[in-house]
Amino acid sequence: MSLLQTRGLTKAFGGLHAVQDVDFDLPEGEVRALIGPNGAGKTTFVGMLCGRVAPTAGAVRFAGADISRLPAHRRIREGMAYTFQITSVFARLSCRENVALAVRRRKGDAAREVPAALARVGLGDRADQLAGDLSYGHQRLLEIAMGLAQKPRLLILDEPTQGLADSEIEGFVALVREVRAEATVLLIEHNMSVVMDTADRITVLNFGEVLAEGTPEEIHADGRVQDAYLGTGDA
Amino acid sequence: MSDGAKAAVLHGALIAALFALHFVLPAYHHGNLARVMVLATYAMGYNLLFGYTGLLSLGHAMFFAAGMYGMALPVTHLGWAPGPALLSGLAAGALLSLVAGALALRTVGVAFLIVTLMFAQAVYLTVLYFAEWTNADDGLVLQRAERVLWGLDLSDAGVRYLAALVLFSVCLVLSLWLVRRPFGKVLIAIRENEARAEMLGYDVFAHKLGAVVASGTMSAAAGAAYGLLFGYAGASFAGVQYSILPLLWVLLGGAGTVIGPFLGALFTFYLIDITSGFTTAYMAVVGVVLIALTLFAPQGIGGEIRRRVWRGLP
Repeated sequence: MSLLQTRGLTKAFGGLHAVQDVDFDLPEGEVRALIGPNGAGKTTFVGMLCGRVAPTAGAVRFAGADISRLPAHRRIREGMAYTFQITSVFARLSCRENVALAVRRRKGDAAREVPAALARVGLGDRADQLAGDLSYGHQRLLEIAMGLAQKPRLLILDEPTQGLADSEIEGFVALVREVRAEATVLLIEHNMSVVMDTADRITVLNFGEVLAEGTPEEIHADGRVQDAYLGTGDA
Repeated sequence: MSDGAKAAVLHGALIAALFALHFVLPAYHHGNLARVMVLATYAMGYNLLFGYTGLLSLGHAMFFAAGMYGMALPVTHLGWAPGPALLSGLAAGALLSLVAGALALRTVGVAFLIVTLMFAQAVYLTVLYFAEWTNADDGLVLQRAERVLWGLDLSDAGVRYLAALVLFSVCLVLSLWLVRRPFGKVLIAIRENEARAEMLGYDVFAHKLGAVVASGTMSAAAGAAYGLLFGYAGASFAGVQYSILPLLWVLLGGAGTVIGPFLGALFTFYLIDITSGFTTAYMAVVGVVLIALTLFAPQGIGGEIRRRVWRGLP
């Protein structure tokens, strides 16, 4: 059964269709990568999934219920978590409090779960530091820890590896593989090696429409995708 | 010592010091401090919204006035006793903040500031318009007999000081409790990063509205108490100047610190009191001091304490 489903999802900014008539199905337990050239509509698309962007037309179903009309915070409460494309943490609060805010929202035990979530992304020894004092890469990891601490059914990560060092990317790939046992993951990603290493299936967006969908091997071999995005196939 | 214990000791010590001052201060400063405590309560209410939630209102005089007139009108026209009148002042503030908040929170940023300012002007003009009941600019004077609360004569300086101290202490403890609770921590999260707070699943609008009501009701408590303790309710308390004053006190004392509003109100009160003894151009001196403080301690007095002495200052 699909955990997440869209039908005819469309977003028009004036005459420009950023996302057009997208039917999308994401089965529970899958790691799905969403790729596409810049401006393909990826962030707008996930914005409509989690309620940050109001669609022009179409419906979103999550866990069997129509959530098209729910505001963002209600969708999060239904079991989504979202990390921003541009890192968004509480810069003047400690790392501990950042994660605790995520844990307390679902009435979790902050004292027990916060250290665990921080340790999981490798920030266990930085709980008392202000989030704004962390390096950019560490702030990204903190935001992922906040995502995990919500214990979501669907974790949406918008370009999580942007700005991470190579060693941190390795850690991130390992983390996603681990998370897949607990949550469905929707990953917007430009780093093709991360996509190939983590995704079960890939959806390719181009000019707001689904260009192709399939396993990493299928997508890698798809001539249309190569034309639109991957270049000459040496990615 | 844990942060919670430290906070309890610090704020408890302030209350104890204010109580001790009751017995030693000369009459002049004793009277001043009673007034400062009530004004600081107003500033604490303002601080809940501005300092902790990050919402800049320029209309809080309407809540102060709602409390003041919500108390004074029934006393004057219906012959209510001070106890029920205080409650009706609180209720007036709570109701007004709920309605004004629900409407004003549909806007953000500068628009929110303008809308709150407009609402407050509407309240001010309403007070003037219904001069038949409010006596407009001349205001309502409460007689001594109308100010006896549970057998305590609030026109007596000693009783007045202690009543102001009780009000101040209750609101100080309430503020401290509120900002350390999960609700208060969500307000801080909204102040720091509203989009992130929403995308953690928090209902930002509901929390902001809760903050407006808590803030407006505490401001109304101060307004009602001010009218009762000093025996007067006038339209000037609904004017724009009384919307700006709490902002000033909170900025000087340290926005987003529980102790800041008191420090700011005390500092400003005595700054004006002392400089006006030397020159009629005292506002010029006040202005220079304000500029200096903004340059060298932009986070206010409480903010400097937090930066230099104790980062965990609530």
